[in-house]
Amino acid sequence: MVEVTLWGSLSAVAGGKARHEIEAKDIRELFRKLAEQYPGIEPWIDRGIAVAIDGTIYRDTWSKELPEGAEIFLLPRLAGG
Amino acid sequence: MNFDPRFSGRQFASVGTRPIRPDGVDKVTGRARYGADFNMAGQLVGRILRSPHAHAVIKSIDTSKAEKLAGVKAVITAKDLPDLTDGDAAMYDILDNCMARKKALYDGHAVAAVAAIDARIARQALKLIEVEYEVLPHVTDVDEAAHHHAPLINDQVFTEGLEEKPAKPSNVTKRTQFGHGDVHAGFAKADFIVERSFKTEQTHQGYIEPHACVASVNPDGTADLWVCTQGHFVYRQHCAQLLGMEASKLRVTSSEIGGGFGGKTHVWAEPVALALSRKAGRPVKLVMTRDEVFRASGPTSATSIDVKIGASKDGTITAAEATLRYSCGPYAGSWAEIGAMTAFACYKLENVKTVGYEVLVNRPKTAAYRAPSAPMAAFAVESAVDELAHELGMDAVDFRIKNAAQEGTRASYGPVYGPIGIGPTLEAVKHHPHMKAPLKANQGRGMACGFWFNFGGQTCTDLNIGMDGSVSLAVGTVDVGGSRASLSLVAAEELGIDYSHVKAIVADTSSLGYNDMTDGSRGTFSSSMATISAARNAIKILRERAAQTWDIPVEDVHWEKGHAIAKGEKYGNLSPLSLKEIAAASGKTGGPIAGHSELVADGAGVSFATHICDVEVDPETGSTRVIRYTVVQDAGKAVHPTYVEGQYQGGAAQGIGWALNEEYIYGKDGRLQNAGFLDYRIPVCSDLPMIDTQILEIPNPNHPYGVRGVGETSIVPPLAAIANAVSNAVGVRMTHIPMSPPRILAALDAEREG
Repeated sequence: MVEVTLWGSLSAVAGGKARHEIEAKDIRELFRKLAEQYPGIEPWIDRGIAVAIDGTIYRDTWSKELPEGAEIFLLPRLAGG
Repeated sequence: MNFDPRFSGRQFASVGTRPIRPDGVDKVTGRARYGADFNMAGQLVGRILRSPHAHAVIKSIDTSKAEKLAGVKAVITAKDLPDLTDGDAAMYDILDNCMARKKALYDGHAVAAVAAIDARIARQALKLIEVEYEVLPHVTDVDEAAHHHAPLINDQVFTEGLEEKPAKPSNVTKRTQFGHGDVHAGFAKADFIVERSFKTEQTHQGYIEPHACVASVNPDGTADLWVCTQGHFVYRQHCAQLLGMEASKLRVTSSEIGGGFGGKTHVWAEPVALALSRKAGRPVKLVMTRDEVFRASGPTSATSIDVKIGASKDGTITAAEATLRYSCGPYAGSWAEIGAMTAFACYKLENVKTVGYEVLVNRPKTAAYRAPSAPMAAFAVESAVDELAHELGMDAVDFRIKNAAQEGTRASYGPVYGPIGIGPTLEAVKHHPHMKAPLKANQGRGMACGFWFNFGGQTCTDLNIGMDGSVSLAVGTVDVGGSRASLSLVAAEELGIDYSHVKAIVADTSSLGYNDMTDGSRGTFSSSMATISAARNAIKILRERAAQTWDIPVEDVHWEKGHAIAKGEKYGNLSPLSLKEIAAASGKTGGPIAGHSELVADGAGVSFATHICDVEVDPETGSTRVIRYTVVQDAGKAVHPTYVEGQYQGGAAQGIGWALNEEYIYGKDGRLQNAGFLDYRIPVCSDLPMIDTQILEIPNPNHPYGVRGVGETSIVPPLAAIANAVSNAVGVRMTHIPMSPPRILAALDAEREG
């Protein structure tokens, strides 16, 4: 079980809650379970969501494991120059 | 991914040295081939007809007269680029930007294109195309566009991110919010509060090389594209999708690049060139003029930002708040969102709130520009931080050190930081001789901090060892700042050979697996990770070949300093085998030796910088001259320190131009008034001092060598550092970028008039 924090705009489509407890072993499972629970999140996942695990930002490594007790924070996927 | 990216703390032999870059001689002798240097037999000249109106319905386009002109081989409109985006809104916007469909949305928006046997006939043909417009009211200012009375640019846009879906459409496409704590409670605790509004004008990346390509569509449906881009794999995806091709049928080759800075991260005219070539049955070369580059490509957002920061008497920030409005051009973007995330990222804040609004305007489609959106937010925040330090009677550096984020701090955009470099950059600035140098009359000193995320992405690399022991390295990230040299150093380091034996190239899209583009400061970070992985895969084969030669188990063969070594007393009489010796025998030990890598380089470490700037302002003319400039930035590990310094200097130089001169100026008719380098003034060498640099190395724990991206952060602090310096020189807080002479004189006059 990991605790996941959603940024403001995303929490609006997740029942208005910023913090969620989810049983997920990696980013892929986290996204799947969030989308099952809150279908409104699916278009956001398609557009791109980054996941910060203990402060390190992962954009594409959906196989990245979510360690027990780690701080998990969802962020918009960013553009760069 | 069978690759451990963790920082290992190893000692380096090649990494950290400063050899000459492999592309240097070609570039200084004029042999390097840029986008416009490609030519094909029988190629046509492509030209684009652009809207003179800022906002207009396209009622009809009659191309018949142009088509009849001798020498014209193809004329296209939006009908020749049908919508194949299948509901992908971002791609539809790119398509509409390449060729307007129902409305022209800005001065310079493409409405038709021709391919002719020469430029003169192509220009004549453009004049023969008859476009009937219904001119609509327009809006180009970000604040005016956000007002509910403003002309609507897209009546299908309803603001996202509000608690309730709005009943009416708006030019504000999205609201986003970040932060934590309770800012009201924080401000209640403050003894001092600074509250100000700031504006920054729209600027162009100012790349010297215009967008240029040669497109050749063959009768069998395959095609080639030679193009100046930051990401040829991304251009292939875009073009293939927009033209209804299979990606594998389109081979894209990237040229050398004369600057991109984010402006060459998505297609602008390339699908048009391909559509012209498809229709004409001949290759088409399309090169934008400078006027077109300004009017129809790549500017950054114009912004309007309100900042409020409070602190207690002991210098602790108790609350910080910002509202940021960023222009997006006529298409939705997420530019204010990034500004809202980066605005307060340098600081340890208990109570922080940022709100971003994305605003449509009748200007060109906003594109990324080096740490996109962060410099404007930093300008507003760092100006207010400086003013608050003055009010508290604290030194500006000490105030920032007291409030700087550190490992374990919750970032204003959400997560908790790992090891970061803002504190060390501030300490380095505090003790830098620049801070103690005396100033003369009319001179002022300013400093400011900046933050950028950095990121990685999909990366694929091939490393081939020739029979003579030399190494070819094929990468898929376009070299925008010396990465071929850096990646050659990395390959040499891993293999244990000399840098001179490695030759790196940027491979085309048919020769290598997919690579994300060079953006997000990812080129060296990502491709070095893939190069290390590829080299380690090659070493595995080298060890196997040595084991085969010696007829011993491969587990007993180690790789050290470019040699296979048999470990153990029983092999005492075996001389080490060099890479060169193993390569020479490869034909008899199993064939070619190569290492391949495909991975997602994630975990790019965030980056911080602190800049110091001295200026001299002429109080009679308002003219400002930067007389000294110092950049201190964390690089994680500088693979090639000279090119890291170059990135630091380049970012500062662009920031100086942005801070003092560069500005899109629109007339009341919505037309751009200064679409050329004579009237849009970027800094030249004589405008700049020597920009000093200091590289700090706080290793990124998620890269084997500790590398962080370095390309973007250096443009984040300059607007603020220079604004603080000018404000200190003239005694008036400057709140509007650029601080051009008329704007400085107006600020001085306003101060005199009270």
